[in-house]
Amino acid sequence: MKALFDWRPLALVPALALGALLFVPSAPTWLTLTVAGLAMGMMIFIMASGLTLVFGLMDVINFAHGAFISIGAYAAASVLLAMKVQVQAPSLGANLSAIAAAVLAAAALAGVLGLFFERVVIRPVYGDHLKQILVTMGGLIVCEQLILVIWGPDMIPLPRPATLTGAVLLGDAAIERYRMLAVVVGLVVFASMWLVLSRTRIGLLIRAGVENTEMVEALGYRIRRLFVGVFVAGCALAGLGGVMWALYQESVTATMGMQVMVVIFIVIIIGGLGSVGGCFVGALLVGLTANYIGYMAPKLALGSNILLMVLILLWRPRGLYPVGK
Amino acid sequence: MAEPLLELAAVNTHIGQYHILHGVDFAVPRNQLTMLLGRNGAGKTTCLRTVMGLWRASAGGVRYDGRDITRAATPDLARLGIAYVPENMGIFAGLTVQENLLLASRGGPPDERRLERIFGLFPAMKKFWHALAGNLSGGQKQMLAISRAIVEPRKLLLVDEPTKGLAPAIIGAMIDAFRELKRDTTLLVVEQNFHFARSLGDTVAVMDSGRIVHTGTMPQLAADEQLQRRLLGLSLDSHQ
Repeated sequence: MKALFDWRPLALVPALALGALLFVPSAPTWLTLTVAGLAMGMMIFIMASGLTLVFGLMDVINFAHGAFISIGAYAAASVLLAMKVQVQAPSLGANLSAIAAAVLAAAALAGVLGLFFERVVIRPVYGDHLKQILVTMGGLIVCEQLILVIWGPDMIPLPRPATLTGAVLLGDAAIERYRMLAVVVGLVVFASMWLVLSRTRIGLLIRAGVENTEMVEALGYRIRRLFVGVFVAGCALAGLGGVMWALYQESVTATMGMQVMVVIFIVIIIGGLGSVGGCFVGALLVGLTANYIGYMAPKLALGSNILLMVLILLWRPRGLYPVGK
Repeated sequence: MAEPLLELAAVNTHIGQYHILHGVDFAVPRNQLTMLLGRNGAGKTTCLRTVMGLWRASAGGVRYDGRDITRAATPDLARLGIAYVPENMGIFAGLTVQENLLLASRGGPPDERRLERIFGLFPAMKKFWHALAGNLSGGQKQMLAISRAIVEPRKLLLVDEPTKGLAPAIIGAMIDAFRELKRDTTLLVVEQNFHFARSLGDTVAVMDSGRIVHTGTMPQLAADEQLQRRLLGLSLDSHQ
């Protein structure tokens, strides 16, 4: 009786993509939409994965998660604007070095602020969901106002590095280079999280803590330290997601994190609260659905994610990969 | 007489606005199995959780192995050698049997000799080593919960209703396992199954309405039907 992986939720991703093939008039358009959907899904996953872990492990509903996305984006914008030469150079190496520096700055700033936020804002309200909603919403507003004070109220244009603009042609299908990068980064982040969660003792502790924090403590582990580590990592991931999202939109605004939070909440609910694998599958489904419906029935695009969530919850009320709690 | 391993003195516990334990006093002698009996809602589980630091005593004191642990944090108590098996077993359903035991062995991979002992007590643990704990039967889950508690050397095991919901055949296996465990470990066991309690208990404490109403030896309680009726509302023989 070996532990068997539940393939059915994961199979929804290729099933959705193949199903869309029947409705999209041409294969090149379908390929373009599919890559766009996967890229969007990967970026949402990067932003949402930290939030689902924080909720699963710490039972904290952090509405301020969006603030760390915005802060990451602004930190990256500052770095990229300062490294204009590398950003505009027609060299992939120079471009990637600028993005790497921006990602490091974004993750570091979001992580440090996350540490401060956990100690000052979250810690006093552990176990009280109503207060968590109130103080994290307040934290989100404060962070947004601080962004306006530091970076100003105007939208900051953020052009993509030279080698990541434009598209490559696969047959008749045009695939944006940046979207391919987003897919690769998303896969690397997912693989790294999967390796940490399934192959290390810390990962084992996190998975156990998501199920039953009290029992982890009764086994002799100080769960508070784990809470802090996971919260900081979640904020750093939000910062990374903010960089990817900002370069995708080619602009940075103080409210960009809050705007994307609705989709992030849909993703973590679809995936099963606390489940990183569920978050990954949920993000891909949301990304693909948004792109297919946006093309086939634009008027339905706004409601497509809600409809997807309703259908998934009718099938699995606790999400695609429910975590025992 | 040797100092008891665990001693509760005038312990009061509040959960929210409710006053659950009202000055609980009793001791758990070393190398013995102490049964904590009582009707539903008497405060037995609260008692174990208070000892384990999962709920805080609002007054009174808890001493363990010569030191005051009233204010100690749960992880520190585990590190001092106290293991806790809750009523709901507390297994990690999304982890395999192997991972559950690996997590409980804080010093590294589980010691081979201790694993062999566990496999001797509960052969199902070896058979389902790579199975998800959530897929085990109720009895196997209880075996895993107890295995997890003893995968590292422990001085004191706190076990809450180990036979709850188990089939009679599994209860028999549990009795054998606890008989083996009590050879080198002190146990405090909350139990509703009186056959189990009488088969294993050395000493007994009976709770009612958040207070200890009787302490003594198990043979003494088992022999006195009138005392059983007065303390528990029924005789031990009526529940086999």
